[in-house]
Amino acid sequence: MNFKHSYFYSIFWPRLKRNNLALAGGAVVLALFAVSLFAPLISPYDPNGINAWKVLSPPSWQHWFGTDELGRDVLSRIMFGARISLKVGFVAVGIAVSIGTVVGLLSGYYRGLVDATLMRFVDIMLCFPAFFLILAVITFLEPSIWYIMMVIGLTGWMGVARLVRAETLSIRGMDYILAARCIGCSNTRIIFRHILPNAISPVLVAATLGVAGAILTESALSFLGIGVQPPTPSWGNILTSGKDYIEFAWWLSLFPGLSILVTVLAYNLLGEGIRDALDPRVKR
Amino acid sequence: MTRYLLKRILMLIPLMFGITLITFSVIHLAPGEPVEMQMAMNPKVGKEARERLTKFYGLDKPLHEQYFSWVGKLARLDLGRSFSSDGRPVADKIKERLPVTISLNVIALILEFGLAIPIGILAATRRDTWLDKGITVFVFVGFAVPTFWLALLLMYFFGVKLGWLPISGLHTLGSDSWGTLHYLWDMAKHLIMPVMVASFGSLAGLSRYMRSAMLNVISQDYITTARAKGLPERVVIYKHALRNALLPLITLLGFSIPGLIGGSVIFETIYAIPGMGQLFYQGVMSRDYPVVMGILVIGAFLTLLGNMIADICYAFADPRIRHGEV
Repeated sequence: MNFKHSYFYSIFWPRLKRNNLALAGGAVVLALFAVSLFAPLISPYDPNGINAWKVLSPPSWQHWFGTDELGRDVLSRIMFGARISLKVGFVAVGIAVSIGTVVGLLSGYYRGLVDATLMRFVDIMLCFPAFFLILAVITFLEPSIWYIMMVIGLTGWMGVARLVRAETLSIRGMDYILAARCIGCSNTRIIFRHILPNAISPVLVAATLGVAGAILTESALSFLGIGVQPPTPSWGNILTSGKDYIEFAWWLSLFPGLSILVTVLAYNLLGEGIRDALDPRVKR
Repeated sequence: MTRYLLKRILMLIPLMFGITLITFSVIHLAPGEPVEMQMAMNPKVGKEARERLTKFYGLDKPLHEQYFSWVGKLARLDLGRSFSSDGRPVADKIKERLPVTISLNVIALILEFGLAIPIGILAATRRDTWLDKGITVFVFVGFAVPTFWLALLLMYFFGVKLGWLPISGLHTLGSDSWGTLHYLWDMAKHLIMPVMVASFGSLAGLSRYMRSAMLNVISQDYITTARAKGLPERVVIYKHALRNALLPLITLLGFSIPGLIGGSVIFETIYAIPGMGQLFYQGVMSRDYPVVMGILVIGAFLTLLGNMIADICYAFADPRIRHGEV
């Protein structure tokens, strides 16, 4: 297949390219990838390097974002914190999207009892305040970033399942599915080769927005002291000390919070941009 | 209509059953024994006492028996006793705190809808103007602000820097002896920041939703008809369009309940408000397992109930369902 004639190159990319906000979001996301990848090389200090002479010093030329209660450089800690956010975002969403897609495909394709059972399960899961459920499970596990990612993923797949189910329901009635069945394709083959590729684009949008949500959840958990454990820096747990020293050290609260804000904003803008670029009804 | 209501209420039964099943399995399938956790807090307890406790909580029985006895008690609103040193019934603890969280969230909801509806209408009717773009920017930033960070900033600004608002609790110490008005004013001051934080979270999403609902309605034929027969724009928007644009918000009201209850953990912890969220957080931190289970179930039931009420309101509001056409 010639790349130049692919859907991506001829339709999707030109449409996305016209959306400045989405491009800006994408650029920030790429920059974050770079920062987390090269954090050990570009961070000005050791993120865990304690300096008793520089406790809680305000932003200066040596320490752009100031230092924390142990004299550690906040900028370096934020750079390393980006790694956690990125990892949590992608793994948690990977889990959520995989479960949601499979549930949605099964539900929409087989309908009937399978659909009714799975969708009631989705309804039930949606009744739980997600944050309560996450807190409840994490309490009974060792605090570890892997558990956090798993739990965020396991409590966040329901939206994707509903989305994929709706897509599958409309696709399964199409002529090409009938054709595939006529030539004797198995159910598995129809689901994964014919329906999945056509149902996946709304999932892409949900996944991008989901990364933003997972980053927010992780930072809230770490802030409450149940997420990433110090001394490993995460944006949320830097804010915990920000709260403790809020009267004397505003920089300890401002910069990690801004990092979360900018990151989440970037993913949301990118996600919305992808949605518009995929939607044939939006003309711009 | 009656049939619709009956069907809707009957649907609650399997869902409630599912909620108890999930709560129970989440807690019991997680590694680690609840009694061990209680023991870890107090290393002095011997083996014998441990066995007695295991028996006391019925943890020596097979899982399905434990489940049924738990559900049986739940049906009588008996949520067991808290593991904390006071050992009070969990139901009492929740009963004390539920009103705080619910009233806080109701105030937040009213504020949220009260602001989001006009913002959404404004953005939709002035589509693509600078006002609409400004609102869009606000919405995107609003989506991205972590609520706990917002809570911190407000605390710093209004509490520490300006000293206008108290930063924790619901009352000033000793306010019981003040006059009623003074007492209420004191409480209102304590509530301002938590309510702001609670409502800010969904304000952005809600106004975005209102905008698109409004745009959707405005593009329909009957609006063109209303305009064509010469009605003033004000009447077209507020009399013809608004009522239909508001319909989907009813469903959204139901959906926003779990978010509000879940979000209460954050602002109740930060502002030290004695509500359900704080109780849950304390329960989680001290591994007070009956409290965690109790709140999980009650929170989910409240959401379920809220969704059902929203659906029923929708049915009453939408003539198509009211007259049994759908």
